[in-house]
Amino acid sequence: MLDETMIHMLLEGIWDTCYMTLVSTFFGYLIGLPLGIALTLTDETGIAPNRAVYRILNVIINITRSIPFLILLILVMPLTKAIVGKTYGSTATIVPLTLAAAPFIGRMVESSLKEVPAGVIEAALSMGAKTGTIVTKVLIGEARTSLLVGATIVLGTVLGYSAMAGVIGGGGLGDIAIRYGYYRYDTGVMLVTLVFIVAIVQLLQGLGNLAARKIDHRKQS
Amino acid sequence: MAETYLEIRNLYKTFSAKNGSVEALKGVSLSIGKGEIFGVIGLSGAGKSTLVRCMNLLERPDSGDVLLNGESLLALNKEQLRLRRQKIGMIFQHFNLLEQQTVLENVCFPLEIRGIPKKERREKALALLEKVGLAEKAKAYPSQLSGGQKQRVAIARVLANEPDILLCDEATSALDPETTQTILRLLKTIRDSLGITIVVITHEMRVIQQVATRVAVLDGGSVQEEGSVVEIFDHPKSRAAKRLLLIADEEEESYAG
Repeated sequence: MLDETMIHMLLEGIWDTCYMTLVSTFFGYLIGLPLGIALTLTDETGIAPNRAVYRILNVIINITRSIPFLILLILVMPLTKAIVGKTYGSTATIVPLTLAAAPFIGRMVESSLKEVPAGVIEAALSMGAKTGTIVTKVLIGEARTSLLVGATIVLGTVLGYSAMAGVIGGGGLGDIAIRYGYYRYDTGVMLVTLVFIVAIVQLLQGLGNLAARKIDHRKQS
Repeated sequence: MAETYLEIRNLYKTFSAKNGSVEALKGVSLSIGKGEIFGVIGLSGAGKSTLVRCMNLLERPDSGDVLLNGESLLALNKEQLRLRRQKIGMIFQHFNLLEQQTVLENVCFPLEIRGIPKKERREKALALLEKVGLAEKAKAYPSQLSGGQKQRVAIARVLANEPDILLCDEATSALDPETTQTILRLLKTIRDSLGITIVVITHEMRVIQQVATRVAVLDGGSVQEEGSVVEIFDHPKSRAAKRLLLIADEEEESYAG
C-alpha cells in the first residue's frame, strides 16, 4: 500500500493541508481581527457604543456563519474563479476557507476582548488614552492569552473545513481521504490520512496551549 | 478653605434600567479647595461612585457642571477632555493594573500614552516606584504582589502624569486595616509634598477620619451634611451621618472584641 508514489502523495497532502490552513487563517484574521475589535468597541458596553454598526456587523456575521461550509464552497465559486483563476486545488480553496474563517474569527476575537475587565479599560480612559492605544495595549495586550487560545481553535476548525473541500477537489489530506476512501473504497489510505489530520490538529493544539501559557502573566508564577 | 479647585454644580444623573430607573445623583453641589483632602462618605447605593466618576466624566451627568480650576469639563470636546484627563488622576478599589505587564511597564503606561520617549519614561517610572517603596518589584507582575503593593503601583502610575487632582474611588476598600493605614499615609505624604488636591470616596468612617479635613455625607443621591471632619464626627446632624458613625462604632467594637 505504501509505495513511493503513495508516500509522495501523502507528503504533498500534508503540505497542502498546512498551506491551506495557515494561509486561510492568516487572511481570516486580516478580516476577522478588525471585525472583532469593531464589535467590541461598538457594543453597548464598549468604549465607542454604536448600535447601528454593531447590529449590522452582528447580522452579517450571523448570516455568513450559518451557511454550511460545503454550500459556501459552491456559492463563492465565481469569486474563487475571479481571484485564483480556477475552482479546484488548494490555492482555490483558500478563498472559501478565508470567507468561512473570518466571521468565526470575528466572534472569537470579540469574546476574547470582552474578557478584559471593564475597570482596566476605565483606568486607561482616566489616563487620557486614545482609542487606538486602548485597543492595542489594553484590549489586545491583556487578552493575548485568550486570543492565542482562540487562534488555536480557529486553526483546528479551518483544518477541518479544508478537509471538507476535498469533496470538490480542494487538495490536501481531505482530498486524498475522499478520493481513496470514498471513491475507491481504499479504507487503508483513508485511515492513514486521518491519522495525519489528527496528528496535525494535536500538534497545533499542543503548540498553541504551550505558547498561551508562556505569555500569560496573570497567574502566580 | 483655600481657593476652590474643583467645583461640582447641581449634578443630576439617572440610570435607566429594564425595571425602572435609578436616580443616582439628585442635585449634588460641592466645592473642594486646592491642596485639600476632601472626603465623600456614604453607604453603598448612596451615589458616591457615580459622583466621583462624574469628576473626570467617565460618567456624564444629565445636568449640572463640573469645574476644574474654573474650567468646565463638560464644555470640552472629546480630544480636549482626553488631554485634560491626563492631569486628573484616579485610583480604584480593584487597582485596575495591566495584568500582562510588569510593574515598571504599568507605571510607564501613562507616559507612553503621552508619547514620552522610552528611556525617559523608564527613568521616571523607576523614580516613582522608589517613592512608593516598590523599586525592587519593578520586574514583577501584578499577580505576584499583595493588594497593598498593587495599590502602591497604581499610585506610582497615577503620579507619573503629575496630576493636579487625585480621585480615589474606594481605594482602600479591598485592603485590610493595616494596609489601609499605609496607603492613607502615602496619600497624605503625596498631598504634603506635591500639594495636589485629593478626593477620597469611601464607605468607611475611619478612612475619612484619618486623611480628610472636610467631608460630605452622601445619601440617596444628595449631600446630607458637609463640613469639617471634626465637626461632623462630634456633632452629626443628619440621620445618614449618625448611621455611619454607628456602623463605625460597631466595627470598632468587633475589632476590639
